[in-house]
Amino acid sequence: MPEPVIAIAAPEHRATRDARHDRLFAGLLKACAFLVLAALLGAAFATLWGGREAFDTFGWRFLTSAAWDPGSQEYGALVPVYGTLATSAIALLIAVPVSFGIALYLSEVAPRWLRTPVASAIELLAGIPSIIYGMWGLFVFAPFFAEHIKPWLTTYLGNNPDDGNPSWVAGHVPFIGKMFASDYPFGASILTAGIVLAIMIIPFISSVMREVFQTVPTRLKESAYALGSSTWEVSWDIVLPYTRSAVIGGIFLGLGRALGETMAVTFVLGNAMDLSASLLDPGASIASTIANQFSEAVGLQKSALMALAFLLFVVTFVVLLIARLMLRRLASREGR
Amino acid sequence: MDALYLRRRLTNALALVLSTAATLVGLAFLAWILWETLRQGIAALDLKLFTKITAYGDQGGLANAMVGSLIINVVGIAIATPVGVLAGTWLAEYANRTRLGETIRFLNDILLSAPSIVMGLFVYTIIVLPSTALSDGNTTFSGFAGGVALALIALPVIVRTTDEMLRLVPSTLREAALSLGVPQWKLTSQILLRAARSGIVTGVLLALARISGETAPLLFTAFGNNFMTLDPMDKMSSLPQVIYQYANDPGEAMHALAWAGAFVVTLFVLLLSLASRLLFTRKVSHD
Repeated sequence: MPEPVIAIAAPEHRATRDARHDRLFAGLLKACAFLVLAALLGAAFATLWGGREAFDTFGWRFLTSAAWDPGSQEYGALVPVYGTLATSAIALLIAVPVSFGIALYLSEVAPRWLRTPVASAIELLAGIPSIIYGMWGLFVFAPFFAEHIKPWLTTYLGNNPDDGNPSWVAGHVPFIGKMFASDYPFGASILTAGIVLAIMIIPFISSVMREVFQTVPTRLKESAYALGSSTWEVSWDIVLPYTRSAVIGGIFLGLGRALGETMAVTFVLGNAMDLSASLLDPGASIASTIANQFSEAVGLQKSALMALAFLLFVVTFVVLLIARLMLRRLASREGR
Repeated sequence: MDALYLRRRLTNALALVLSTAATLVGLAFLAWILWETLRQGIAALDLKLFTKITAYGDQGGLANAMVGSLIINVVGIAIATPVGVLAGTWLAEYANRTRLGETIRFLNDILLSAPSIVMGLFVYTIIVLPSTALSDGNTTFSGFAGGVALALIALPVIVRTTDEMLRLVPSTLREAALSLGVPQWKLTSQILLRAARSGIVTGVLLALARISGETAPLLFTAFGNNFMTLDPMDKMSSLPQVIYQYANDPGEAMHALAWAGAFVVTLFVLLLSLASRLLFTRKVSHD
C-alpha cells in the first residue's frame, strides 16, 4: 500500500534499488540451495534422533547382535545389515561384468546405427519404477528361480538335500556347499534379491561406463590400433586404465543404489529375520525390514528401525561420496 | 599363424561375443519385465479400475489411489520445482566455481541417489510426528507429508538439470544484458531462465517420472486410505502403495489389480521419460 510519506520522499536512485533487489534475489537463491544441505543433514539427524533409544539401550551390541525379537525387546542389526551387504555384493558381482560388456558393446563393438537405440533401451530399464521390478521379481522371477535355477544350484553346487551328500563342487571347495544348500521350497532368497538388484543397477553402471569410455581421446585409441592392438586389447589396456577412477565411481554409484533399494528387494527377499549361511534361504535387508515393520512398530522396535535407517544412510552416504569423488577425478582431468 | 597371434585373435573374439551377449541379456530382461507388465496389466484392465475405490477390495478399483497419486505428485512437484530451480540457478549463476557452490553441488549429487526410504522416515519425523503431537496423539499421516517426501526426491533432479542447463547458456547473453545495465536478478530471472526453459522443463518431467513410481517414502507419510479423499491433510492412498499392498495379499484377484496398477504406473513413467527426451532433443537441434 503506498504510504504518503514515500510518495513525498525523493525517488530512490535506480542503482540503489537494483542493488537491493540483487541482494534479496541472491539471498533467496542461496537459501534454496541450502535446503539441499538441510535435507541431507536433516535426514541424518532425524534418524539418529529417532534411533537414540535403541543406541542407548544396546550400545555397540546393536551392531553385532543377530537377535530381532519384539517379544523380548531384543534388537540387533546384524541380520538386516548382512542381508543388505550380501544382496548388494551379489548384485555387483553380476552387474559389473555385464555392465562392462554392455558399455564395451555400445562404445566399440556395435555398428554405429545401432548404438543410440540400444543405449536408449538399456536406459529405459533405469526408468522403470522399482516397485515394478519388485512385482516382476515376486510373481515372475522368483517362481522361475525356484523351478529352474535353484534345483540346479542345490544339486551341482550345494550339499544335496536328498541324500545329504555334498555335490562334487561342494566336496572340493570349502563353504560352497553351505552357501547353496536349502530345504526351503520357494524362490524368495538372498540370491534372488541380488539378481533382481543386479538387473536394476546394470543400466546405471553401464551408462556411466559408456559415457566415460567416450571421453578417451581418439588419438590414444588410434595409436594402439596402429600398433596392431585388437579391439579387446584397446578396451582393456587403453580405455579401462584411462577411465579407471570414473569406472570405479560408476560401480560405487550402482552400489549406493543397491544398498538403499527398498521395493525391489522387499518383494523377493522373503523377510526372515534369521541369519543363514545359505544364499538360497530368505533373509532381510535394512530397507525391507523398515518397510515391513515400521507401520506397526512401537517404542523400542520403532527406535531400532530408525537406528537401522541411520546406519543405512551413513553407509550409503560414504559409498556415494566415494563414487562422486572418483567420478570427479576423471572429470577434472578432462578439464570439465 | 603363430600361437601368440592366434591367442590374441581368440581372446578378442571371445570378448566381443561376451560383450554382445551381455547386451542381449540386458535387453532380454528389459523385454521380459515390460512384457509381463503389459500382458498381466492389460489382462486386468477394466473400467472399474477408474470408477471404483479400493474399499471394495477385489471387487473394487483403483480410483482413489489414482487421485491420491495425482495429488501427492502435484504437491511434490509444486514444492520441488521453485526450490529446485532457484537452488540450481544459485549453483550455476552465483556460486559456480566457488568452494561453497562446489560443495553443495556435490552434496546434491549424493542426495540424488540417497535411499528414498530414509527420506520417508525423515519426513515422518519432521511432519507426521509433530502433527500427531498437535492432534492429541491421533497419528496424522497425510497426503501433504507424502508430497513433501516426494519433493525431497524430486529436488536434486531439478537442481541438477537447472544447474546444467543454465551453464549451457552462452555467456555472451549474460555479457550483452549486463552491458545494457540490466540488474543481475532481472538478467537471471528473465533472460537466462527463459533461455534454459525447455531444459528445465525436461528436468521437472524427469523428476515427475522419478517420483511417480516411488513407494517406500509414502508408506510412513501418506500411509494409504481405502476411501476417496481430496483433502491433502488426510491419509491418502497412492498407486505404488496400493500395488505394494495388493501384491502382498494372498488373493489372486488382488494380484490382478496390482498388475493393472503396475501397468498404469509404468505407462505413465515411460511416456513421461519419452516426452522429456523429445523435448530435450528438440532443444538441442535448435542450437
